[in-house]
Amino acid sequence: MAEATANGLGQHALHPHDAAIVAKAETHQEHPIKLYLVVWAWLFILSTCSYLVDYFGLHGYLRWSLILIFMMLKAGLIVAVFMHMAWERLAMMYAIILPPILVLVFVAMMVFESDYTLLTRIAFFGPGP
Amino acid sequence: MAETTLTHTSQMDRPRGLRGIAADWASDQRAFKNVSWGKAMMWIFLLSDTFIFGCFLLSYMTARISTRVPWPNPSEVFALRIGGSEIPLILIAIMTFVLISSSGTMAMAVNFGYRRDRRKTAILMLLTAALGATFVGMQAFEWTKLITEGVRPWGNPWGAAQFGSCFFMITGFHGTHVTIGVIFLIIVARKVWRGDFDTGRPGFFTSRRGRYENVEIMGLYWHFVDLVWVFIFAFFYLW
Repeated sequence: MAEATANGLGQHALHPHDAAIVAKAETHQEHPIKLYLVVWAWLFILSTCSYLVDYFGLHGYLRWSLILIFMMLKAGLIVAVFMHMAWERLAMMYAIILPPILVLVFVAMMVFESDYTLLTRIAFFGPGP
Repeated sequence: MAETTLTHTSQMDRPRGLRGIAADWASDQRAFKNVSWGKAMMWIFLLSDTFIFGCFLLSYMTARISTRVPWPNPSEVFALRIGGSEIPLILIAIMTFVLISSSGTMAMAVNFGYRRDRRKTAILMLLTAALGATFVGMQAFEWTKLITEGVRPWGNPWGAAQFGSCFFMITGFHGTHVTIGVIFLIIVARKVWRGDFDTGRPGFFTSRRGRYENVEIMGLYWHFVDLVWVFIFAFFYLW
């Protein structure tokens, strides 16, 4: 079973078992240990990279874009491999991953709101001390 | 459950892609075909937790954008003096590596769990718990350092007053999650070690038999804690 692939849906369907189809259809995830070690190493590399962004004191858009790229890569690796999302059915992926992405709408709203707050604060209290 | 039971044929010719999502979510279907209720509910819990942390990070963003006072530079605030020179953010970097390592050992524990290797699973889970406890310990050190330097939820010596409240709220809530994770890791590791999932011994609280899938569900929570730290590290410490 060591080399077994994740989504056993098709596999189990090919080997008709007893009546408890639902129980059988619920698959578990088994992958080679090597995969986890490779992802682990990549997470270390990416974390080091994002630390170096701060260590070398990069500024402005270069800093922000690098931080976001390394963050998304790390998050993607953790969710896809460690949490096995890459091998789930699409119905599951969309149910879990889509809602957090919609939070970006909330982010956009709050960016406008806080910019307005800053504007009014500067208008009433003057620029910062 | 009869109405949601899958048959071989219906599994074989499920549509794919977006049409497949619509078909899986249709009213006569069980939405998550090959995922047990335990795993599905953990995912849904994690989704709700994502919103909680999302709101924390959002309010931090709002506070940081809207203040006229300059934000304290995290690179300097979290610097440590090691060997006579200030190294920026070093403690946070070490904490990140500790948490990532704990995620790695957890992933391996899940793997060995499904191979019915009780010993390795339990040892790896306890190692995960130890790394998690190390993380919380370092966080306690960090909090102590900042509090002695005068950081309070209502002010700090370096700049915008909101820095303290954001810091204590976000890292505190994350640390609580890690602590709860450590406790549950120890509980599940004990069950694995004792062979509860082989003998089908009823759980002390639910009286239900556990399966090795419990290790994977525990793993989902633990990886989520690591995942949240990735975002906190990027937005709070590095930005």
